[in-house]
Amino acid sequence: MVPVGVIDTAQLTKRYPRVTALDSLDLSIGDGVTGLVGANGAGKSTLIKILLGLLPATTGRAQVLGFDVAHQGSEIRALVGYMPEHDCLPADVSAGDLVVHMAQMSGLPHAAARERAADVLRHVGLAEERYRPIGGYSTGMKQRVKLAQALVHDPRLVLLDEPTNGLDPGSRDDMLDLVRKIGSEFGIAVLVTSHLLGELERVGDHIVVLDAGRLLRSSATTEFMHATGTLLVEVLGGPTAQEKMRRALDAAGLPARPEGQLIEVDAVDDTAYDVVRDLAVDLGLGLVRMQERHHRIEDVFREGEAGSVQPV
Amino acid sequence: MSSPFEERPVGVIHDIGYRPYSGPRLRESAVARSLFITGLRNCFGLGRSGKSKVLPMLLLAIMLLPALILVGVLVQARTALNLDSQILPYSAYPTTLLLIITVFVAAQAPTLISRDLRFRTITLYLARPLRRSTYVLVRVASLTAAVFLLVVSPLLLLYVGGLLAELPVGAETKDFAVAVVGAFLLAAVLAGLAALVSAVTTRRGLAVTAVIVVLLVSYTVVVSVQGIATEFDNDTVAELAGVFSPYTLVDGLQVWLFDTDTSGPAGPTSTWVGLVYLFVTVLVVAGSVAGLLLRYRKVGAV
Ligand SMILES: Nc1ncnc2c1ncn2[C@@H]1O[C@H](COP(=O)(O)OP(=O)(O)OP(=O)(O)O)[C@@H](O)[C@H]1O
Ligand SMILES: [Mg+2]
Repeated sequence: MVPVGVIDTAQLTKRYPRVTALDSLDLSIGDGVTGLVGANGAGKSTLIKILLGLLPATTGRAQVLGFDVAHQGSEIRALVGYMPEHDCLPADVSAGDLVVHMAQMSGLPHAAARERAADVLRHVGLAEERYRPIGGYSTGMKQRVKLAQALVHDPRLVLLDEPTNGLDPGSRDDMLDLVRKIGSEFGIAVLVTSHLLGELERVGDHIVVLDAGRLLRSSATTEFMHATGTLLVEVLGGPTAQEKMRRALDAAGLPARPEGQLIEVDAVDDTAYDVVRDLAVDLGLGLVRMQERHHRIEDVFREGEAGSVQPV
Repeated sequence: MSSPFEERPVGVIHDIGYRPYSGPRLRESAVARSLFITGLRNCFGLGRSGKSKVLPMLLLAIMLLPALILVGVLVQARTALNLDSQILPYSAYPTTLLLIITVFVAAQAPTLISRDLRFRTITLYLARPLRRSTYVLVRVASLTAAVFLLVVSPLLLLYVGGLLAELPVGAETKDFAVAVVGAFLLAAVLAGLAALVSAVTTRRGLAVTAVIVVLLVSYTVVVSVQGIATEFDNDTVAELAGVFSPYTLVDGLQVWLFDTDTSGPAGPTSTWVGLVYLFVTVLVVAGSVAGLLLRYRKVGAV
């Protein structure tokens, strides 16, 4: 296979006795942050394990950084960092010692391993805690250690499997900021999975949607938001004002529906914001709120079934 | 182990941005060596929490204590007692202290093997360039080396003591060399078996118990059977029974290979029984490693 992106797959298929985890997947992923979205069991983790060369594909091929997953696994693993979705940290070792050891396991000499480990732990925001045994860490701190060990050997690509899993909203935001930083400031390509599209839209330059092992959609995040974007609009003045606004939006070519106290507007592109604002001014209505609706994964699936999005 | 962050100034954190790494990346052999040394150190609690040092260090001290006493007696009373060799032969030392060796193996094999499986840290190793088989072989090697060090340290002490007491250098050196080979064989057999048991039973407590049972129960049964068989003058049964416990197996192999005195009720006296001992020893070590490789084949992929 020729295309040499960060990740390329061609007709990649993984079948288990009872399910097809990946179904003829054709993917091409480049630099920057790519979000891989899918419901439970969509095949996200399976794809990552195949890309690491830990799991053989049933048929089809895959390439990571130009190396074939089938027989160049160790070349790939030298250049890739992996953050598993499950717990993988020993309880009786400190984060510092673990990350140094893992750097050495990636081939860094001892002195360099220590230096990199200290750097990376600082970047993920583990300060004094790094001396304490990991067994006493919170979930958020453990996720940071997992991220640190994935970064410590300065990989070209990191595969992050559900990094926000189990985090409270605050830690989730911190983790997402870190993920974005890895892609933009550290210059490391990122493939990050989640079952929440909204999360990945915030950090991803590119979004890939998997559904039951099939590629449902793959596109740039901006494109994605335009195609499926809806706005939530709220005006002062109760139901009458709301209905007045809704009709005006319809008339202006923006399909709008009542949604509780709000109006849901299909926003075709960025000009929708201006149209809403101008209409509110024209009608003399107080515009309280105008925000992008956070997409739920189901919305994408609904549209996918309707055939309105084409897998690339 | 000292913490890697000691020499950094505490309190001031300057955001210097991300620094890429452009230094050397070592090959698999160097990574394997590093894993081997870390594993070996871990077996003695080094590089782990303070309390994980207690048991292995205590066991090492108990292993050394009788040797120290024997050396003391030898040096002080060699002429008075008219001794021209060690009070306790080198080759008999491990069997005499097999309880201590067993506890060490049972406690440290899970440390090295079960821990990575239970915490699933194995995934982090497998996601790195190191091959699965290399990881497994290195783990067994670390454990073998740790057991070897435990067994050989008191022997070395005896040897040095023997030289100080001016025992015949040639004979001492030969006996010591034979015992070193024996210690290595014992370490390989014990480490292989204990690693396999630990890899199958991932829970630490269970693994510790299982290893103790396998090593001690087999020994007790073998020695009893040998005792009874000797009583009934059935030497062949007595000799063959020895292959069913690691301690009597390696002891018997030493008897056959190097003509040492057996430390159990019976050791091989004929060539074919000797060959059986050799065959079983090789089979146990190779079988344990093969079993481990099989056990790890699917690990981390699911
Ligand atoms: N070892 C296995 N044997 C059989 N089926 C498996 C195995 N591993 C995964 N599967 C199945 O393959 C499908 C994809 O699983 P996978 O773990 O890749 O999903 P996922 O997208 O990561 O889900 P989640 O969000 O729950 O992590 C699921 O139906 C799962 O049950
Ligand atoms: Mg998953």
